Amino acid sequence: MSAIEKLPAVDNGLLRFLTCGSVDDGKSTLIGRLLFDSKTILADTLCAIERTSKKRGMDAIDLSLLTDGLQAEREQGITIDVAYRYFTTGTRKYIIADAPGHEQYTRNMVTAASTADLAIILIDARKGVLTQTRRHSYLTHLVNIPHLVVAINKMDLVDYAQDVFNTIMADYLEFAAKLGIEDVRFIPLSALNGDMVVDRGERLDWYQGPTLIEVLEAADTDHTAHAEPLRFPVQYVCRPQDSANPELHDYRGFMGRVESGVIAVGDAVSVLPAGRESRVKAVQINGQSLERAFAEQSITVLLDDEIDISRGDMIVRTGELPNVTKQIDAMLCWLAESPLDARRTYLIRHTTRETKAKLAAIEFRMDINAIEHQGAERLAMNDIAKVSFKLAQPIFADRYSDNRATGAFIVIDETTNNTVGAGMIV
Amino acid sequence: MTTLTKKTLSHLDWLESEAIHIMREVAGQCANPVLLFSGGKDSICMLRIAEKAFRPGRFPFPLMHIDTGHNYQEVVDFRDQRAAELGERLIVRSVEDSMARGTVVLKSADESRNKHQSVTLLEAIEEFGFDACIGGARRDEEKARAKERIFSFRDEFGQWDPKNQRPELWDLYNARAFKGENIRVFPISNWTEFDVWQYIEREALELPSIYFAHQRRIVRRQGGMLPVTDVTPARPGETVETVQVRFRTVGDITCTAPVESDADTIAKIIAETATTTITERGATRLDDQTSDASMEQRKKEGYF
Repeated sequence: MSAIEKLPAVDNGLLRFLTCGSVDDGKSTLIGRLLFDSKTILADTLCAIERTSKKRGMDAIDLSLLTDGLQAEREQGITIDVAYRYFTTGTRKYIIADAPGHEQYTRNMVTAASTADLAIILIDARKGVLTQTRRHSYLTHLVNIPHLVVAINKMDLVDYAQDVFNTIMADYLEFAAKLGIEDVRFIPLSALNGDMVVDRGERLDWYQGPTLIEVLEAADTDHTAHAEPLRFPVQYVCRPQDSANPELHDYRGFMGRVESGVIAVGDAVSVLPAGRESRVKAVQINGQSLERAFAEQSITVLLDDEIDISRGDMIVRTGELPNVTKQIDAMLCWLAESPLDARRTYLIRHTTRETKAKLAAIEFRMDINAIEHQGAERLAMNDIAKVSFKLAQPIFADRYSDNRATGAFIVIDETTNNTVGAGMIV
Repeated sequence: MTTLTKKTLSHLDWLESEAIHIMREVAGQCANPVLLFSGGKDSICMLRIAEKAFRPGRFPFPLMHIDTGHNYQEVVDFRDQRAAELGERLIVRSVEDSMARGTVVLKSADESRNKHQSVTLLEAIEEFGFDACIGGARRDEEKARAKERIFSFRDEFGQWDPKNQRPELWDLYNARAFKGENIRVFPISNWTEFDVWQYIEREALELPSIYFAHQRRIVRRQGGMLPVTDVTPARPGETVETVQVRFRTVGDITCTAPVESDADTIAKIIAETATTTITERGATRLDDQTSDASMEQRKKEGYF
């Protein structure tokens, strides 16, 4: 057994979550509260925000200032880009992606959602389910975030009334059902006073469910609960021929991260695109041999046979092949200021592979406020549409809903090198 | 054989695996990358990650240090020793050379050279034609960094444009750049100072001695401690004391301050870090206190 397998489960891993809401929903205050009550904020940071709070004429410390990042944002008092925050409870480490709520920043929300295991959607208890609530819910569902928490905030401003909470919950469930959202939890809270965030407080006795932090602590971090097929995209090939060690002359290590499933010594595998078959000779991390490796581990794989493999190829278990295809249907979020041009050729990056691509058709554009399909000829920034692409080279794809890693791709504009689109294969 | 098909990685295993994945993406996507290595604790972690990413092969990049000429000798010695042990190529480029060329002009002889590293770095990038620089910056260090991408695009002048960053989705990184442009890559973006110390302990990584508690001559200035050295002498009227200190970050002598500490082992440092009440940069980086936006300003100008 290697050192890595022997390490005790000293912690409950790492959870990445996303907070969505607009300036007024108290999102920054909620994050500030999580950092503050989990004792992540340190003395000098606290002094700095205390100074700023006073400068702006406030009596109490404004916790929202903790997430206040860029100069332009401080000037405008809004959040314009995804910011990442960190805290730990001792048992689990958290990465918060703080996504702005404004309509024009849909792309930031999709960006933040793409790596999240859980989303917190904030609703102002005085306002209930708004258009932006629907938009945020649609986007978290589109990006297939496994867990959804609806935090009904500012309960202090509605006298902590249970019927307000119940009405909002019923409204939300009605439209969530239309979207196909199943796993959702509701928590009443006051980020300002700290009720039901880390501490229960004393004003929400009618609520028997878990606090927000209890939900975060218990959330399962697996992307899918069921056994997944092996997907091992090759990132880099290690051939240390010039080494003084003669044992390494024939060493050919295929380096990458297990994106899903398990890879074990002796497994029968196929290498795409050629489809050549072989067996796993060794699984290594830093020269140490493992019996097997799991999803999310970065490893080196050695095979029994000498097969020509390069970056962009994929090792899978024989008989569990992904779809090898030059035509994809996908939900596409357009991220760039210049609209998608059907006449132009773009680059698509999918796992470790890159191919030229052309738009084949736009089936519909999603009106994410009304959650309705519309006809569309072109796509502008922040548009979301169902499209199809023709590809110059095959990719090895699964449906995004089955596998995030082999279902996702980005679109790159070769004339600017910018990332202009985010796609999810359907 | 068990039927285990999935397991939860510990947070350190997850962070390490992400960092390895990022380094391999650089190797796969970039023609001529370089890894910035200062001898500081974050870049020491980066070297271990690079070993895990590329051994038994050589690193697909050289190491480079931009030396202000005002670094602690212990750290410079450690830097050279570590590069030699690994058998990897170390490039050192010096701010003093830029001063001699006239591309760095100090406002006064005692001005800190720290921010001028940007110039020397850009000159080195041009000299070697590097298309990507891998660095050990972390998002928890400073609020401007909290918004920076893992693959962060810099234009021909090395400038970061915070309002026009490339979207970064899933872990599909885009390292494409035209000639003269540059990508800065931060594999340990998602680590905190605490993660770094835990990783150093787990991997039993060696550190320069000044990270551990030692006796040092200091003066107290602006509420902090300043080491007394040739380049930072005591000012008239200041009292020189000898105090038990350690450094939490190491960098240019003129802007890196120690903290009082008795922690002489990694375990004691971790215990101290867990209970500390001052953030890393707040305690020890004199250059970040000038204004609320000082790091953002320097990054826009090409600072790492």
